[in-house]
Amino acid sequence: MTTEPILLTSAQMASFVARGFLRFDAAVPADINAQFMAEAGQAPEPVEGGKFAAVYGATLAQAHIPEVPAGTPLADAYPPGSAIARMLDLPRVKGALKSLLGDAPVFDHHFLHVTFPPRFHEAAAHENVSQHTHQDSTIDPREQAFDVQVMYYPHEVTRPMGGTRFVPGTHLRKVSEVALGRYQNIAGQQHMVCEAGTLLFLHHGVWHGGGVNLSDDTRYMFKIRMHASGRQTRQWDLSDLPQRNAQRPIFFLKGAPERGTVETILTTPEPWFEQDTSRLEYVNRIKLWRYLAEDPTYDADYWLTRLEHA
Amino acid sequence: MSLRQKVLVLYLKNSALDSPVSAWAVYDGTGERLRMAGDEDRPPYATGLDALKDGWRLFQASQLLPHARGEELDLSYLKYEFFFEQLVETGP
Repeated sequence: MTTEPILLTSAQMASFVARGFLRFDAAVPADINAQFMAEAGQAPEPVEGGKFAAVYGATLAQAHIPEVPAGTPLADAYPPGSAIARMLDLPRVKGALKSLLGDAPVFDHHFLHVTFPPRFHEAAAHENVSQHTHQDSTIDPREQAFDVQVMYYPHEVTRPMGGTRFVPGTHLRKVSEVALGRYQNIAGQQHMVCEAGTLLFLHHGVWHGGGVNLSDDTRYMFKIRMHASGRQTRQWDLSDLPQRNAQRPIFFLKGAPERGTVETILTTPEPWFEQDTSRLEYVNRIKLWRYLAEDPTYDADYWLTRLEHA
Repeated sequence: MSLRQKVLVLYLKNSALDSPVSAWAVYDGTGERLRMAGDEDRPPYATGLDALKDGWRLFQASQLLPHARGEELDLSYLKYEFFFEQLVETGP
């Protein structure tokens, strides 16, 4: 079995640039998932009249997951042989992180997200609601550089269990954390209903929130945020990247544009896009692609060239 | 009888009230139904005009603001926000 990193393709990178996420279903083997669940431990059953925060605190306290200082090299964050260390060492995970962040990513923070079923809330007279949609972790004025959040789903997540809700394509908007909490539902939102061992790689800017758990089972999700320590650009498998993109006919077309090209991916709208700002989304995606490809004159469908020529 | 307010917020695809809905929220002051993030994947109306036809009263719409020089390409919050209400009679 290969242990070499499986780097992302140009189409996968373009999809991450355009939509802000990559999803790998059942990417983590069952034995690692089982080990993680054993290390995370079981939430104590609720006590009538008990405090909800105390149950959550006890759940985190008994988990065999280390506290890790921000700024630790990711390679040093987890004990060798632990479930998370093994997950991070999977060829697909190593390759995705190398492609998105370059060598030697740095640990920012992690968290064991536990979403309790209704009986926990009822016992504590605590309202069982979903988390407001937000962007981690504060308003982030960086132009192009980005952090990555890996969300690990160690067990199957059904729709009644809620799942992480996220809105593809929102990552390039500059907003202030939960200031956008007013938006209850957004066309195209996705819910992470998935098999055990599924991984979601998110650009830090993607709008998301935890879904309400209406099942009988406690839901676990483990999130790790990390950032680059050095060069973040041209780190994916460049072998399928065209040397130079040629402009293609636009608007007046006699058929659908070629599927799967970087240009098509970068100019595909999301269902929630406003009619005028969808074009600005394309502009901002193209700017991010220029950064990642180290190609300052790259364009897709003339969106930036049109604004730049004298 | 007393009155309670239901609030519907629609985010449209442009500033026209008859343009399609891209995001939405409902806050129910009667307490009949608790609404929350992620509870509905299909919008309650196709357009803002459809909400008017169903009896919702528009009471606020976002302004059209000029773009600050140097920030024309920046994007942040959803632009076309419309607040509607219904006043509902509740029990004594």
